[in-house]
Amino acid sequence: MREFVCIVCPRGCHLQIDDELNVTGNSCKRGEIYAKNEVTDPKRSVTSTMRVINREECVVSVKTVPEIPKDKIFDVMDEINKTMLKAPLKIGDIAIENVANTGSNIVVCRDID
Amino acid sequence: MKYDVLVLGAGAVGAMIARNLSRYELKVAVLEKENDVGNVTSMANSAIVHSGYDPVPGTNKAKFNVLGNKMFDEIADDLDVHFSRCGSLTVALYDEQLKILDDLAKRSKENGVEVKILSKEELLAMEPNINPEAKGALFAPTAGIIDPFNLVVHAMENAVDNGVELYLNEEVVDIKKDNQDIKVITRSGKEYIAKIVINATGLASEKITNLVEETDWHITPRKGEYFVLDHYKRGLVNHTIFPLPSEKGKGILVTMTTSNNYLCGPSSESINELDDFSCDGPTLANVRASALEMVPSIPFNQAIRCFAGLRATCTRHDFVIEFAKTLPNFIILGGIESPGLVSSPAIGKYVVEEMVGKLVELKEKSNYNPRVKRYIRPKELSLEERNELIKNNPTYAHILCSCEQVSEGEMLDALSRSVPPRSVKAMKKRVRAGFGKCQGGFCQPHVVNLLAKHYHLSPLDIPYDSINSKIIIARLKEGK
Amino acid sequence: MVERDLVIVGGGSAGMAAAIQAHKDGIKDILILEKDPYLGGILNQCIHNGFGLTEFKEELTGPEYLTRFANQVKELGIEYKTQAMVLDISKDKVITYSSVEDGAVEIKAKAVILATGCYERNAGAIQIPGDRPSGVITAGTAQKYLNLEGYLVGKRVLILGSGDIGLIMARRMTLEGAKVLAVCEIMPYSNGLNRNIAQCLNDYNIPLYLSHSVSKVIGKDRVEKVIVSKVDDKMRFIPGTEMEFECDTLLLSIGLIPNVNVINNTGAEISSTKGTKVDEHMQTSIPGLFSCGNCLHVHDLVDFVSQEGRAAGHGAALYIKGLLEGKEYIKVNPGNGIGYVVPQYIEKNNQEDIALKFRVRKPIKNVDIIIESNNEVIKKLPKLVMIPSEMENIKLPASLMEKIKQGDLNVYLKEKE
Repeated sequence: MREFVCIVCPRGCHLQIDDELNVTGNSCKRGEIYAKNEVTDPKRSVTSTMRVINREECVVSVKTVPEIPKDKIFDVMDEINKTMLKAPLKIGDIAIENVANTGSNIVVCRDID
Repeated sequence: MKYDVLVLGAGAVGAMIARNLSRYELKVAVLEKENDVGNVTSMANSAIVHSGYDPVPGTNKAKFNVLGNKMFDEIADDLDVHFSRCGSLTVALYDEQLKILDDLAKRSKENGVEVKILSKEELLAMEPNINPEAKGALFAPTAGIIDPFNLVVHAMENAVDNGVELYLNEEVVDIKKDNQDIKVITRSGKEYIAKIVINATGLASEKITNLVEETDWHITPRKGEYFVLDHYKRGLVNHTIFPLPSEKGKGILVTMTTSNNYLCGPSSESINELDDFSCDGPTLANVRASALEMVPSIPFNQAIRCFAGLRATCTRHDFVIEFAKTLPNFIILGGIESPGLVSSPAIGKYVVEEMVGKLVELKEKSNYNPRVKRYIRPKELSLEERNELIKNNPTYAHILCSCEQVSEGEMLDALSRSVPPRSVKAMKKRVRAGFGKCQGGFCQPHVVNLLAKHYHLSPLDIPYDSINSKIIIARLKEGK
Repeated sequence: MVERDLVIVGGGSAGMAAAIQAHKDGIKDILILEKDPYLGGILNQCIHNGFGLTEFKEELTGPEYLTRFANQVKELGIEYKTQAMVLDISKDKVITYSSVEDGAVEIKAKAVILATGCYERNAGAIQIPGDRPSGVITAGTAQKYLNLEGYLVGKRVLILGSGDIGLIMARRMTLEGAKVLAVCEIMPYSNGLNRNIAQCLNDYNIPLYLSHSVSKVIGKDRVEKVIVSKVDDKMRFIPGTEMEFECDTLLLSIGLIPNVNVINNTGAEISSTKGTKVDEHMQTSIPGLFSCGNCLHVHDLVDFVSQEGRAAGHGAALYIKGLLEGKEYIKVNPGNGIGYVVPQYIEKNNQEDIALKFRVRKPIKNVDIIIESNNEVIKKLPKLVMIPSEMENIKLPASLMEKIKQGDLNVYLKEKE
């Protein structure tokens, strides 16, 4: 039996999962999925910023889509920090494709004209 | 570099001396170890222009306090500094203290200070929030409050405008006789040679004098911790409220400030180090309790900051103002503790006219201007005046500090002056950005960027206060 | 003097939602005054995920969430001014603001909505013992440097206070190369969301010390060391429990306080939240002056801020149409275990659903939330766990109003046997 706090939504349910992957303590289906993933293949969303080189002192916020394996967080950060972007940028633009070979993309989260 | 006069220390006393020197045809420099003027004792005190009722008659403290107090209307006008003669009330809380009020009134008379003993009813009429148990008070109408930060900044600015040179971050490490002159060596390795050296180094006055000769007096710093309350509403107190003075000092006062904040403090504890400005819980709790005894309704939930200042308390129990015994062109100012701020203009005048004047001829400059260029404060203008100002300079419309409503224009003005701010704190002292309830949470990044732009530096190089007190540690996302 | 129907002070989540709702309700003459160069307020620097689950049924970052609202404001043609700082609001709703574009301006408004957000409690308010060097910084200010400007304020960081911004910043600074040594919290429980303790601290092995606080800051120029001590149940430091952390930064996440400076001169009634008291339309004690979002009470979810902004926008529209005149009110009183309830007043003949928002004073298990009027329980909600860091948001349907109008409404907790 493992116990942890669900991070899917701000509610933060206390989840329990047994060896047969039976989940209790969840308030919704997403909590159950989260609990199962957390013991088999834990994933996290990473948000950070990237520098926009053609705008004065500008960084733009970005996120991973979809979530990346938890153990790849710092590899992803390395790539985020190394890569420069050029404006204009739109929400949803792909900043880095297949970041750190995770299959996920880094996606722009705000418009920069 | 060779000077006629070298002033060590740019606190209130050093700045006032420098300003008085700048009247005359003299080559003058001021050395300051800090990254700003008025950055130690002159910055952290009660900011009171004491009436002078309290010092022992015949002492330097009594003499310069009374003289200094009278100079403040003109000084505040010349230097464009907020000042208000709000008057002080020394309150007797117990019947047996009433007799002490009489003694203080007698002492006031000897010092030539106008006071009046108030009955309980008169006191409560003037200060409705005072402890209703109070028995009476000594009212000193000439006491006042001053903006201590800009008093020093503007005095030094006026001195520099009149030709004085100011060197910050220059800590004196050695002083040597150099034929008829004196050589001052700083930590950066620079040497300054002057005919006359004036030691106005406050807490360090004993240490610096000892580079010349051994003092027969000693400084034991006395720490005072304070609370600052937000300017939440007027009228909590309308005067500076003192308890009865004791051997430890004037006691824990409650006063409004020139910016309509309230100040409660100081504690009084002798310490060993010259640079221990820490606050501690039990001491602050005592300050709070004492202040509440005097004014029971002080809303301490409006406290926005605590701070500690050090007084340069001297074993002579008086200001030391004299020539060095072994080096007659070295002037010593030691033990300038309270009432040092109010005394500073009179000390400055005396030191220059009566001491420097004995050593060199004082020839007045034809172009000396005692006034600083007027400061523009949009907050104090009418809407029409404000817009007239903004029409000529739109930066006055751009408000960067929301708590204190300080515009970019005021910050740029401060930067354009002859004693410009070099740190976030120096800017705060001049324009009040960061003095409000958010304590710089919103405006600090603006101020950092403004300073960086002005000095063509990276924000990484902008300090909070001293040159080593950087705010930002790294610029990220620089690529490989 | 320029006259406007509705002036909204603050173009963050609350202000934008209020403007959009008022516009929908038929008020077209609206002006939003925003102090920053862009709409969105604090969400601009909240680049983390977790916003919008209620509003948009998806998880968005702060900038994505605010952009959806900002786009609506723009599409509806609602006028807004940026870098426009409101200096004062008078009792008769004259707003004075200053902007580079317009200079200093006075506007007479029929209704005003205050949506000025909050500010961070800082070192000054809690009198942290010790030195006051550079490197003691509030979490939100550090967040602004980091997320909007790309600057890191410290490499070895201790965090005081387990508020959500502090937890979020523990993760952010770790990701950006800083070493976060620990988070200490003076209370015996955390003030952040459980999920943030899980994903911001546990994921990165950052310890959380409950019932611990900073007993001394040491450093002449920059922070050099921070001493943390355990506190007893009266929050006094326990001698002998000192832990020494060598660090360059003390990050403070010790609470948020509604920012209502600009209405100091109106005399509006202030509540224990330090925001104004309001009725169910978010109207303050000054007729036509409304307040919503974090300047009313501090929220933990922006979705509820938007919801509250809409209530204020709707209320302001009703007021401008003259529909809020001559009303009678009942009081809403927080009872056992409840810190505060918003709104503090409800109009007797209200016909709409009402959101009751409140926080518990301390963590509590197995209770019923009781809503009672005239000694009659009109709503009872069982709760397994309640914590102060989670705002409760309970819908009181309009159908219950008949029962409520008889007397004050009391909201309290009742522990189960």
